[in-house]
Amino acid sequence: MSGLSIENLSMRFDLPNGSSVQALKNVTLDLKEGELLSVLGPSGCGKTTLLNIVAGFLAPTEGRIVLNGHTVTGPDAERGMVFQQGALFEWMSVRENVGFGPRMKGMSRSESAGIVDHLLDVVGLQDFKEKAVYELSGGMQQRVALARCLANDPDVILMDEPLGALDALTREKMQSLVLKLWKETGKTIILITHSVEEALLLGERLLVMAPRPGRIHKEYRLPFADLGVGQDLRQVKKHPDFAVKREEILGMIWDMEEEIMGRTEAAS
Amino acid sequence: MNSAIPFLIYLGIFVGAFWVVRFLTKRGRVHDFTSLKTVTFGDESAVRSNRTASIISVVTIFVLWGMFTGSSWLPGFLHMPGPFVGDTSFTYTAEAPDGSRDDATVHIRVHRADETPPGIEVSPGEGFAKDDSASVVAWRSELIRVDLNDEITKKDGAQVVAIDGQPVAPGGSVRVAAGVVNLSDKGTPNFVPSKGLQMEPIWLPSPEAVVRRTIDIASEGYQGYTLWEHLGYSLMRVILGFVFGALVGIPLGYAMGLSDWFRGWFDPIVEFMRPVPPLALIPLVIIWAGIGETGKIILLFLAALWIMAIAARAGVSGVNISKVHAAYSLGASKRQIMRFVIVPNSLPEIFTGARVAMGVCWGTVVAAELVAAEVGAGKMIVTASKFQNTDIVIMGIILIGIIGFGIDILMRWAEKILVPWKGKG
Repeated sequence: MSGLSIENLSMRFDLPNGSSVQALKNVTLDLKEGELLSVLGPSGCGKTTLLNIVAGFLAPTEGRIVLNGHTVTGPDAERGMVFQQGALFEWMSVRENVGFGPRMKGMSRSESAGIVDHLLDVVGLQDFKEKAVYELSGGMQQRVALARCLANDPDVILMDEPLGALDALTREKMQSLVLKLWKETGKTIILITHSVEEALLLGERLLVMAPRPGRIHKEYRLPFADLGVGQDLRQVKKHPDFAVKREEILGMIWDMEEEIMGRTEAAS
Repeated sequence: MNSAIPFLIYLGIFVGAFWVVRFLTKRGRVHDFTSLKTVTFGDESAVRSNRTASIISVVTIFVLWGMFTGSSWLPGFLHMPGPFVGDTSFTYTAEAPDGSRDDATVHIRVHRADETPPGIEVSPGEGFAKDDSASVVAWRSELIRVDLNDEITKKDGAQVVAIDGQPVAPGGSVRVAAGVVNLSDKGTPNFVPSKGLQMEPIWLPSPEAVVRRTIDIASEGYQGYTLWEHLGYSLMRVILGFVFGALVGIPLGYAMGLSDWFRGWFDPIVEFMRPVPPLALIPLVIIWAGIGETGKIILLFLAALWIMAIAARAGVSGVNISKVHAAYSLGASKRQIMRFVIVPNSLPEIFTGARVAMGVCWGTVVAAELVAAEVGAGKMIVTASKFQNTDIVIMGIILIGIIGFGIDILMRWAEKILVPWKGKG
């Protein structure tokens, strides 16, 4: 079967002082190939832990991840990752960064040149390909990160708040780019974000997670990602349902945050 | 008292130049409230060094040097008063045991240390006290046995009771035309020609004397080795010691950054050895390896080793975990991560370590040569100091400084070329 399934995943971290933290509890989810999932939740709800387990950086305490019929046991090029920032290799040029994956597979520079050029065209950085990555703006750096991830042609793309460090305008442009890449490549994407608007805009499916223990609180299926492809995202935001959903989810997260605060105060 | 004068002149030039430059550049300056807010505490970059001040500062040092050494590079009116040189005289009054007194004149020729002019011919004159003559070297003093040619000597009970008509007792002193006469406890006049404010060449030679000596030594060598051999030996020791230190230290640092066993094993050693000043190891190294080249290279190896190990360790530990994660999810193996992520990521730290290590090695080699060496920059200046060749000592210090500075510039330049991504991650 193709697609990604997260089966009954639990993750417990044992702390040095003997206590333990239940970061995730019984998380189950199936993603079909080509689905775009955004994950939202208050801090400490285990969204990054979930992503790290899917990426293979962490081994779950219970449960497993199955991708295209086989169980995930560690990081692999089939699951590409885009980080918030700081994950580009600043000792390499833009071209070398994008060509990193193919190079690791043993492709020569001339073999990978076609892939790299194509992707630099897609993200609009053809003119910058010989530049050092630290010479680029934050938005351009994230485009390099996207292109670098796509160069490996992964089955799943995992994004950990990829646009979190960008300014509002750049962020909007990048959101359009993510939608465009999703439609054009047909990749399965899991995107973690702190922004409710971004989760609504970029989530074909949206997962709201709750903390302590980290679990799935509510799941939505949304039309906005499809509407937003090739469109002005501000038009999508004007959609009557958009505001309703945004308020609903914001309220939900506020309640969770307040509950956490209350519990912390009671404990202290 | 006199030693305060150069500092007062220096202070005067500092303050004076400030106001002059400020007055001259008044027009170019902007006077709004943002530009006045130049010093914000915690934001050093708001203060940029004033080029003019730097230039005046360096020129001032050389001008002061010239002023107080009577340098021929400076016009004469800038010179501080020099020591008295030339002929002078004073009179003394001798008293015989019977109470009779007689005056006589002492003619003195004060000359520079490197000159030997003929003495002054004097006729003895009248009375029982006879005129005398003496030669004194500038900046020195001379005990003048004035009674030796007198008819009634000290042995006969005669005493000097006045100099230039001013009564004086043994132990007292009288100011005369070109200096001071101190009467010794035994009653013999000791003439001290006035020294002026200039430094004696034996303490501080003039700049041109240092340059002249540099040229001499560059062509003739010193203590059996040419200047280039002295400097070259020191440099070669530094480079060899540093290279060996880096060859061992960098892999050791990598191992410590990558393996908990290596880290645990070597941490106590590295952390203990790091704060030990390399100079403290000199005696032990001399005991073990003698004063030859091996000993010095071992010492410099030890000086560089810990610095390089710690730099490499910090470089490895400093890798942003998301870079490693990114490389893994791009399909890199552990080997590839080592080669394409960890090593390049650690290079800036290693370069910083290398700069520090080269600086420490250069300081250590000079110190080691001061203690024991056949040849080397430190050896050259310590030998010169034993012979009071102050000009060679100063030349050596300047050359050591220039080379140390040059090493640092070279390292920075190499850093810029080889690790342009430093600090950009």
